[in-house]
Amino acid sequence: MREFDYQRAADVAGAVALLGADPDTRFLGGGTNLVDLMKTGVERPARLIDIRELPLDHIEPTPEGGLRIGATVTNGDLAAHPAIRRRYPALAQAVLAGASGQLRNMATVGGNLLQRTRCGYFTDVTKPCNKRVPGSGCPAIEGEHHNHAILGASGHCVAVHPSDMAVALTAFDAVVHFETADGPGESPLASFYLPVGDTPHRETALPPGALITGVTLPPAPVAAVSRYRKVRERASYAFAIGSVAAALDVRDGVVHDARLALGAVASRPWRAVAAEHVLTGAPADAATYAAAADAELAAARPLPHNGYKVDLMRNLVVAVLSELAEEAAR
Amino acid sequence: MTTVAPGTGTHAPSVGTAHTRVEGRDKVTGAARYAGEVPFAGLAYGWLVLSTVARGRIRALDTDPVLAMPGVLAVLDHRNAPRVDTDYTGLLGTPPDPTCAVFQHDRVPHLGWPVALVVAETSEQAREAAETLVVHYEQEPHDIDFTGGRPDAYPVDGHMPGVTEKGDLDAALVSSAVVVDAEYTTPEEHHNPMEPHAATARWDGGRLEVIDSNQGATWVVGELANLFSLDPASVRVRSEHVGGGFGSKGVRAHQVAAVMAATVLQRPVRVVMTRRQMFSLAGYRSPTAQRVRLGADADGRLRALEHRSVSVTSTVHEFVEPSAGVARVMYDADAHHTANRVVRLDVPTPTWMRAPGEAPGSFALEAALDELAEKCGIDPIELRLRNEPDKGPVSGLPFAGRNLAACFREGARRFGWADRDPRPGLRRDGRWLLGTGTAAASFPSGAAPSTASATAHPDGTFTVRISAADIGTGARTALTLVAADALRVSVERVRVRIGDSDFGPAMIAGGSMGTRSWSWAVTAAAGELRERLALDTDMPPEGITVRSDTTAAIGALTPAERHSFGAQFAEVAVDTATGEVRVRRMLGVFAAGRIVNPLTARNQLRGGMIWGISMALHEEAVRDRASGGHVGADLAGYHVATHADVPRVEADWIDDADPADPVGIKGIGEIGIVGAAAAVANAVWHATGVRHRGLPIRPDRVLSAAAGAPDA
Amino acid sequence: MASSTSSVITLEINGEKHTLPVDHRTTLLDALRERLDLTGTKKGCDQGQCGACTVLLDGRRAVACLQLAVAAEGREITTIEGVADGDRLHPVQQAFLDLDGYQCGYCTPGQICAAIGMIEEHAAGWPSAVTDDVRPEAGPPPLTADEIRERMSGNLCRCGAYVSIVEAVARAAGEAAAERRVTPAAEAEEAVA
Repeated sequence: MREFDYQRAADVAGAVALLGADPDTRFLGGGTNLVDLMKTGVERPARLIDIRELPLDHIEPTPEGGLRIGATVTNGDLAAHPAIRRRYPALAQAVLAGASGQLRNMATVGGNLLQRTRCGYFTDVTKPCNKRVPGSGCPAIEGEHHNHAILGASGHCVAVHPSDMAVALTAFDAVVHFETADGPGESPLASFYLPVGDTPHRETALPPGALITGVTLPPAPVAAVSRYRKVRERASYAFAIGSVAAALDVRDGVVHDARLALGAVASRPWRAVAAEHVLTGAPADAATYAAAADAELAAARPLPHNGYKVDLMRNLVVAVLSELAEEAAR
Repeated sequence: MTTVAPGTGTHAPSVGTAHTRVEGRDKVTGAARYAGEVPFAGLAYGWLVLSTVARGRIRALDTDPVLAMPGVLAVLDHRNAPRVDTDYTGLLGTPPDPTCAVFQHDRVPHLGWPVALVVAETSEQAREAAETLVVHYEQEPHDIDFTGGRPDAYPVDGHMPGVTEKGDLDAALVSSAVVVDAEYTTPEEHHNPMEPHAATARWDGGRLEVIDSNQGATWVVGELANLFSLDPASVRVRSEHVGGGFGSKGVRAHQVAAVMAATVLQRPVRVVMTRRQMFSLAGYRSPTAQRVRLGADADGRLRALEHRSVSVTSTVHEFVEPSAGVARVMYDADAHHTANRVVRLDVPTPTWMRAPGEAPGSFALEAALDELAEKCGIDPIELRLRNEPDKGPVSGLPFAGRNLAACFREGARRFGWADRDPRPGLRRDGRWLLGTGTAAASFPSGAAPSTASATAHPDGTFTVRISAADIGTGARTALTLVAADALRVSVERVRVRIGDSDFGPAMIAGGSMGTRSWSWAVTAAAGELRERLALDTDMPPEGITVRSDTTAAIGALTPAERHSFGAQFAEVAVDTATGEVRVRRMLGVFAAGRIVNPLTARNQLRGGMIWGISMALHEEAVRDRASGGHVGADLAGYHVATHADVPRVEADWIDDADPADPVGIKGIGEIGIVGAAAAVANAVWHATGVRHRGLPIRPDRVLSAAAGAPDA
Repeated sequence: MASSTSSVITLEINGEKHTLPVDHRTTLLDALRERLDLTGTKKGCDQGQCGACTVLLDGRRAVACLQLAVAAEGREITTIEGVADGDRLHPVQQAFLDLDGYQCGYCTPGQICAAIGMIEEHAAGWPSAVTDDVRPEAGPPPLTADEIRERMSGNLCRCGAYVSIVEAVARAAGEAAAERRVTPAAEAEEAVA
């Protein structure tokens, strides 16, 4: 780890001003990802701006009837919050499925959105990686990729986004709010993460110098019956190999509204738009769920060693939607 | 002069009663200091630099800019490091793995080979300087491709003959009513003790002192004395608390590098491996490819048994994972062939890891037995009982106790095996398919020469000294109980000091032989002390000390098949839609000698079984063909079982005291893992009807199998 | 603004203030172990992947290896050395000792600190990943063995002492719950949560 300067920001404007346009400066939140990446040499900032004490640690109702989650709310507090648990249970479940109790008490919502992939080539600076060193190559395509992307990848990068929380936020149409030197801005999470293309090192639409200040959840009655299911290679404390965030509103045996997002299948949390299209208005039964999954996964382009993810995601989607329909019927 | 009464004959024995750990309070309060935690004035920090190529030569190291960095004191590499001597045979009867003889030449035989040590005033400075050091290599093509079909694999003897053959295998297979012929694979597995390897070296008044995390101070002293051409008496190694070892904590690059730096700088130097470095430097269990062929009569009696294993070793040192060895103990057949072969690749040297040979070997053999039971339509336990040999299948020697059948009977009763429907794929609980499985276990029981001393103090207390290592086994507490019984006093009057090579030569914590070997020496010293005190109760102020050496007694043991045995049972749940496998309960019943401390022994046996769960479902180090190195070499990439993976696990034992041992001990460190992975895998078959012959049984493999791919 | 790579900071650890200069790179874990001789907090992976370095920050469990020391200034830090009440062990410590909730002992301080924090989280009504119904209306989940296992999963024990660790945590949690039931103030808090 190289030596660095450290400053604490007192307020949002001050934090943004401190960062300036310095590409060698990073905001420090919980540090659970950044400090790790600094230890492995993936990140080598010359200066850290500590934003943990900014007054962004609240969860508040919005005038529209949604919730606004401050950027420095910890994952632990987010998952424990009564309003989140009551109105967006899948979000609480997603957060609880991530990392460990200790890490959730440190990690922040803003940082979680910006966490980097856990691809073993990305985190090892002795190996090539287009995301870390543009143009150096992607050894995962020919190498170890059993937990890599089946959707939206490119010949330049097949890494997956590691967040559980962001999958649920994506399902619920969350909007990311940020502050820049020119004032505030926002981006729907659906377009916050950039397509991989030939620029896998460019991950988000966050303008240079911007500080994430919070996330807004629009009101979503459908989210009251929602669920997050995560599959991983041990029962806890591991990143997903596949996950589903789903919400379902069934009326008279017909899907009235549905939300579906997939995790660990792409460089970003994957909103299953095609599947939702199939679901809405269709009979609430296993055939519909399977057709929805197939519609989404038709675009899957698995690599030699991750084809199982197509089956996994299909099965998961059907299972979770079936469970939700049962729950809704109770 | 004071007088002290020795223990009386009415003393209630301590061995066999549950005792909390004597160092327990230190462990729960954080007061217990491990190797990297003993403070020294003027301590400098060393950081190892590892190669980033898998084969080649070091062309140049740009040390000048590194030496100019803040706090940097020295850079040691092959051009300036002290020379070491590797032409010797160590305590365990093997030459040293040249991986520990760091910085002696410019050749790079694998990725992660130590190429330099950077020493600085602080750990932050050392790390940054080490990561800044640019090393230029002349890279050569590497070969890391491990398969069972490698034509360059060759038999290696190691601690047992590489090949054993009796009878005409082909003829016996042809004449068998039922044949199983299957290949099993296990991946590269890493010990990953929670405490990374750490050593602090310093010269103190002409004596080299090393505070180290290891499994045997005597062992490490011997290696360091040989390597640095020192009188063993001028080297002292201390390791009071050791945060796990599992076979990985012998002499390694970190101690040698620390000694070199302390010698060059003439100040204390600490070298600690990072978790990632451990994947290259700490040793590991080789992947194995095993073929088992069984031929049996319709009633399950074996006519033919073949168990062939291939494992890897490095290009610089020969180490064999003797997976086929377990077949030489477990089952007999007219035609009985076993072979342990290795292939040399551009990878680090593997080493002993909890139940070397038996752990992967029992997976293959006991899974094959389960397949045979299925084919014969015989209960898996009954099949094993029908094949109980009356003497060593290969050695022809008598068994010094073989209580496997009793373990199966007791285990079957407690597990509820009698009600089991043998058909697979029938039981369901919601999204989970349920199944149960069983497997047999065995592990050699041995003892090695050790010395100990026992001192009677005028205040009526006793101190026992032995250079034992408590790597979590509970050895310190067990030896306290053993000493108390030999002295016929209560444990409160006995203090056992361990982890210091100055206490004299002793066996390592390894091979399930530590506590047995040390208990023998402690019993001898304490017993003789008791007799001395009984004769002459005049006590000088300095007390009375008696020393023991068990070399002659152990040398007089008659040859026999000496082993612990066990029966493993597992119940699993499998969601074939997601590939998730969960172990729901596990039971192990062992015949493993006299149990010294039931509290810690149960814990240790369960720990071995949990290693079996971890081996069956989680552990796999992945190598990248292009670079020759690991991908995901950390505890997020290499999964070991965590709390949520571990259900109710019960371990128990039957009476099985070993009459050849003064205390009756056989050793329990490794038997717990043997057969455990097979029991889990057999249960997965019972749940799903799919055989998984490759470990770990990861979700992707369960899904691929469900999708109709050939057996994973 | 002048750039600087070190600071003099004051850390409040186990109720005691320590003023020391730190390289900004120094983690709380290394500050404890290498600067303050508080070596009870262990370094197992240094990457947030094992839990051995768990401490309590402002009363909540956290991993010290990913916490920069300079950023810990102003926070109340409790380490394994500070959880006992003088010579009287914390109930979690006592349970680990009595029930053999360890083997080598290296993960133990982290397991104990994690358990202390976890018991508090549970008492505050926090759900976990194995809680059937996370909605507050469902009420706090009983602290079953499965709940303990999930909530303690951030602490690896390579010796495999998990069974006795869970037994120890369950015993200590039961004692803590019994104590809360006889303390009206705590009961009121629980009702609010």
